[in-house]
Amino acid sequence: MAGTKMTGAEIFLEMLRREGVEVVFGMPGGAVIQIYDHLHDVDFLKHVLVRHEQGATHMADGYARATGKTGVVLVTSGPGATNTVTGIATAYMDSTPLVVFTGQVPTSLIGNDAFQEADIIGITRPITKHSFLVRDVDDLAPAIRKAFYLAKTGRPGPVVVDLPKDVITAQTTFRYPEQVEIRGYKPTYEGHVNQIKKAARVISEAKRPLLYVGGGVIMSGASQELRYFAIENNLPVTMTLQGLGAFPGESEQSLGMLGMHGMYWANQAINNCDVLVALGARFDDRVTGKLETFATKATKIHVDIDPSTIDKNVRVDIPIVGDVKRVLKLLRQYMPKKPDTKEWWAQIRRWQQECPLTYEKSDGKLRSQFVIERLWEKTRGDAVVVTDVGQHQMFVAQYYKFQHPRTHITSGGLGTMGFAVPASIGAALGRNDYPVFSISGDGGFAMNMQELLVAKAHNLPIKFMVINNNYLGMVRQWQELFYNEKYSYTDLQGLNPDFAAVAQSMGIKALRVARMDQVDDALQQLLNYSEGPMLVEFLVEKEELVFPMVPAGASVSDMIVERLNPQRMV
Amino acid sequence: MKHTISILMENRFGAFDRVANLFSGKGFNLHSITIGETELRDVMRMTIVTSGDDQIIDQVIKQLNRLVDTIKVVDLSEHDRTERELALITLHYEKGNLQEIKNICDIFRGRVVDINNKSVMLEITGPPAKIDAAVNVLMPFGIKEMARTGTVALKRGEQIRQPQEVG
Ligand SMILES: Cc1ncc(C[n+]2csc(CCOP(=O)(O)OP(=O)(O)O)c2C)c(N)n1
Ligand SMILES: [Mg+2]
Repeated sequence: MAGTKMTGAEIFLEMLRREGVEVVFGMPGGAVIQIYDHLHDVDFLKHVLVRHEQGATHMADGYARATGKTGVVLVTSGPGATNTVTGIATAYMDSTPLVVFTGQVPTSLIGNDAFQEADIIGITRPITKHSFLVRDVDDLAPAIRKAFYLAKTGRPGPVVVDLPKDVITAQTTFRYPEQVEIRGYKPTYEGHVNQIKKAARVISEAKRPLLYVGGGVIMSGASQELRYFAIENNLPVTMTLQGLGAFPGESEQSLGMLGMHGMYWANQAINNCDVLVALGARFDDRVTGKLETFATKATKIHVDIDPSTIDKNVRVDIPIVGDVKRVLKLLRQYMPKKPDTKEWWAQIRRWQQECPLTYEKSDGKLRSQFVIERLWEKTRGDAVVVTDVGQHQMFVAQYYKFQHPRTHITSGGLGTMGFAVPASIGAALGRNDYPVFSISGDGGFAMNMQELLVAKAHNLPIKFMVINNNYLGMVRQWQELFYNEKYSYTDLQGLNPDFAAVAQSMGIKALRVARMDQVDDALQQLLNYSEGPMLVEFLVEKEELVFPMVPAGASVSDMIVERLNPQRMV
Repeated sequence: MKHTISILMENRFGAFDRVANLFSGKGFNLHSITIGETELRDVMRMTIVTSGDDQIIDQVIKQLNRLVDTIKVVDLSEHDRTERELALITLHYEKGNLQEIKNICDIFRGRVVDINNKSVMLEITGPPAKIDAAVNVLMPFGIKEMARTGTVALKRGEQIRQPQEVG
């Protein structure tokens, strides 16, 4: 193909082919109509027509998180582009590789307030790893090549490529840019050997070591190295929301999630450890609580590929910039001896008995926790579980023991409601080894439920679960605990639709469950149904609270572990 | 403490915006910012004066480095350096004090670059502290307008390495 004249649109598609793109999530419009004209005829990739461009970015995000590949989005200029913003910010906060192609008005009209013009490069500048406005068709192939390279390497993230209409229609001789050379961008993959040796010495001398594992471990594919390292040295492992799945949740060595709604014993362990090893984690405020009291007794080791995360929130003693997988490999080699953690483990077991994770089961009412617990029993970690944002999200993180990397998909950094429905569609398109569950609250489900139509259009066997407490539950929880029980605009009773009926109107099989004894059967039906999407709406206890909880800004030792006055519940 | 940070970056559409955005987005202090060409056609130098404690400055440097279009970021405060700024200052004068203004201008090795029957424009260059001092002394005469370029700076002696050699 080299040497032949091609239009920008043709170059665009040729570049996607060379990048190995299998699926594009998009919505056509005037600025990209020429690309769509060609898209109709290509067979090397699948185009998924979304119903709202926010859905496209979340689908691409879910696809990327589930597969490790880069998610690709194609939208038109103006409103098409601005609709992608929430999805781009979501991906940015959780470091997901995306390349978002936006149409743009012709270069001659840029800045003219032309029809459907929006400065999407400017709008997305703070929420992208990088972006390109392609102003000449000769720059198109290099820009696309760089965009994919930047999205995927180093700390991954979303990249926007803005394509003016005249660039798409212009012709040039296509040349594939074999090399990518970006002189200002050289991610460090190999950790500093002396630092790694030092860390190994410190860990081996530790009495109370703790591994604090974030999403970076999953991104770098380091789960197996982590497992070896933790098992060889008998180290306790706690995970952030994004880290869940990096280490098997069912393992005796897993302490589960830490932080605001983390396990009591995990937070106690953070408070009392003498060596804290942060792996691909960024000391987010939902994890640390009050910084002044976070892990004060610990020598802190921090491994991360992004130097800017080091010393950002918490001062560390041994920083190691590099790819977690490679660093862990060396760390294992350099361990002079195993640390003696027997007493430490005994202490952790005491904490686990002191304050186990529980909820009220005796009154026969259907609670979210029960639904999640049953889902865990039915799937035992062999499922991809996508969650939305709110109480149900935290219940999943607490009660579902994720066993494998890339099986837990949720918007952690931005906390984007409306994420789960589209993200699960992306996940289902990328994965067929495990069933895909999509769990939303009633509030978040309504934010992007139009995308159910996409699941139906492609007959994706996604298991949609709406955990309906008829409340914006997580906000209600804060109102109950911190705002004198003034439930300002959080009650959705009487405002919610019959979600099962909504799904049915789209030709999606659906049912409603209101009792504990119906849950197993409903979950089994979800698992068995493989012809297409299916939805179950669970009508759960309205006023359940997520415990334990560290109030925002408090020390992790100031955990609230239960409702002070259970009688208050109706 | 004030820090003078020198950035070599790609001479490319939007590169400047990313740096400026970073300062507003992250809430870093920005005292002055200059940008101009370098000896290399495709590289621009930006000089930024910022302030903050060690942790903030560490973040400023790291966040600047993280931008794809920045080629080299140096905190010149850690080095022997030359800093210069240029100011244009327009003052009202009355018959009696023109000579006085001229004298002050001479002390600061400035130049009169424009004059009419009401006002006089001075050009003063030097380290930022010298400009501060000049402004301070001239203030009582009634400064009508002032434009300062912001600080430009270079490391002395051993130069910052050429960008081609970087990494
Ligand atoms: C787009 C968006 N808007 C608002 C919020 C603030 N918020 C966080 S949780 C929540 C309530 C979620 O309610 P629901 O989806 O019903 O889930 P539940 O907490 O009841 O399980 C809200 C409004 C958010 N996270 N995202
Ligand atoms: Mg709800």
